[in-house]
Amino acid sequence: MQVLSPTALDELNLKSKKLRRDIVTMLHQAGSGHPGGSLSVLDILVVLYYKVMRIDPENFQDPERDRFVLSKGHACPALYAVLADRGFFPSEHLSTLRKLGSCLQGHPDMRKTPGIEMSTGSLGQGLSAANGMALAAGLENSDRRVYVIMGDGETQEGQIWEAAMTSSHYRLDNLTAFLDANELQIDGWCKDVKGLEPLAEKWKAFGWHVLEVDGHDYAALLEAVQKAHSVKGLPTIIIAHTVKGKGVSFMENQADWHGKAPGKDDFEKALAELTD
Amino acid sequence: MEQEMLSTREVYGKTLVKIGTRWEKVVVLDADLSKSTQSVMFAREYPQRFFNVGISEADMMGTAAGLAASGFIPFASTFGVFATGRVYDQIRNSIAYTGLNVKIVASHTGLSVGEDGASHQTLEDIALMRVLPNMMVVVPADGRQTEQAVEALASYKGPAYLRLNRPKVPTVIPGDMPFELGKAQILEAGKDLVFVATGTMVSAALEAAREMGKEGVKAAVVNVHTIKPFDEALLIQVAEQAGAVVVAEEHSIIGGLGSTVAEVLGESCPLPMLRVGVRDKFGESGSPQDLLEKYGLTAAKLVSAGKTVLSKKNR
Ligand SMILES: Cc1ncc(C[n+]2csc(CCOP(=O)(O)OP(=O)(O)O)c2C)c(N)n1
Ligand SMILES: [Mg+2]
Repeated sequence: MQVLSPTALDELNLKSKKLRRDIVTMLHQAGSGHPGGSLSVLDILVVLYYKVMRIDPENFQDPERDRFVLSKGHACPALYAVLADRGFFPSEHLSTLRKLGSCLQGHPDMRKTPGIEMSTGSLGQGLSAANGMALAAGLENSDRRVYVIMGDGETQEGQIWEAAMTSSHYRLDNLTAFLDANELQIDGWCKDVKGLEPLAEKWKAFGWHVLEVDGHDYAALLEAVQKAHSVKGLPTIIIAHTVKGKGVSFMENQADWHGKAPGKDDFEKALAELTD
Repeated sequence: MEQEMLSTREVYGKTLVKIGTRWEKVVVLDADLSKSTQSVMFAREYPQRFFNVGISEADMMGTAAGLAASGFIPFASTFGVFATGRVYDQIRNSIAYTGLNVKIVASHTGLSVGEDGASHQTLEDIALMRVLPNMMVVVPADGRQTEQAVEALASYKGPAYLRLNRPKVPTVIPGDMPFELGKAQILEAGKDLVFVATGTMVSAALEAAREMGKEGVKAAVVNVHTIKPFDEALLIQVAEQAGAVVVAEEHSIIGGLGSTVAEVLGESCPLPMLRVGVRDKFGESGSPQDLLEKYGLTAAKLVSAGKTVLSKKNR
């Protein structure tokens, strides 16, 4: 079992701070986009892209690569920051986010961005696509794995539960799902808009192996992924308890920061908090 | 002259409150976008008659059908992509087939959704809704017309789709012009050619007609705010007079107003026509202005289309 040394942890902390700066910078330059869900999901991406996934930016179409689907596509600034940092495309592109002709669309586009495996943006569809990828790996007797991240509000979509039944019916143990459980959606707290609890019990009832962790704790996330890998015959969902807007104090737990870009003052304040 | 700019979705929110006061049977549904669709204005005023079903658009359409089947007048709103294609069978079977009194209101449609990109820019919604029996399709040209349309739809009994926009749009319809569902409006008379436009493209059509006027061409402008049922009689009358037609819409050239006009003219009075719209492509991220420019949804493009049909007519 891979364990994070104190130095490795320090590196990840530094890395995530840099990536958070990239996210708020990108959104500020774009003038629109989704900071809250990008900042909440980032640490899961960091663990996947720096510690877990079998990927090679030099050979990003290698058929044996692991696959990743960002079902909550609006959080793509986080994924773009990570992909640029891992070398899938030059970092200069980040400043073109959401602009005409950019390879970085407002929502992930697999035909425009190296490293994006599935176009998303219409919520609720990513788990089905991930199931398809996991089934394909099985058909090809490949040991490649599939990862998917959903938003918690997103699981109000019926298709998520259709897909959840598919994953367990086909015993997709090569599939690991994450729930970015930040408890917020656009119109407010999920519990007020349309309650999701009991969340873990729902996924268990749908035949899943369920783990719950702090979604900003790298060691816990890594341990959970490794547990998921060891479970046979069941798909795993890691319910990652997160903070929407994580890392920028005035964005944390604020529904209002779901879908607006920071203006000059807020951007500078955010940057100051993310710099030490 | 300063042109008034109004947000059609803001007008929608305000008008919902107004009709909610008038008719207690009006209920409003949303799917976690109430601040964007502006249905939140109704929610604040009438929390008991507002249902936010969360990110569950299919469920929202079915729920609206149930409310309508029980005598209520539901307005169900979300972005255009999620209000149509996302929930197509729910609309087809629970709303159109049943003929239930559900109003589907799409707040963000077409390229002018802008930076969110192709996943959020519906260019096919008019086509999808138009092909359904019983479904009325309404696309107001400006803010004031949005108010008239919402009011008219509240008293009209039957399924309807109302297409609104994200950005503000200039007020282009004269204040004293009567509004009736199903009746197209002649905004400019002209004997040389006719621009038939809907929604955001009406202002571009008026501008194009003015431009052509400078060169001595008299172009009529017709606003089709109700795409279905379509005002065939009016179209045939102005088209036959002018002898050339250009259709303009912020939608695919397949299946929308352009197709509607082509169907009618083809059967009744074939004559030179061109469709200006998005030519069988998905959109992309960019500012609304940049996108309309890139995809050719401008007054300049309408002028050049106008010249092309004129030359065909005179051949
Ligand atoms: C099908 C669909 N409906 C609505 C939207 C608009 N939308 C974008 S993000 C969002 C809220 C998502 O909440 P959640 O899944 O909890 O994401 P997070 O909190 O991580 O941002 C909504 C409703 C969408 N993108 N797709
Ligand atoms: Mg959430």
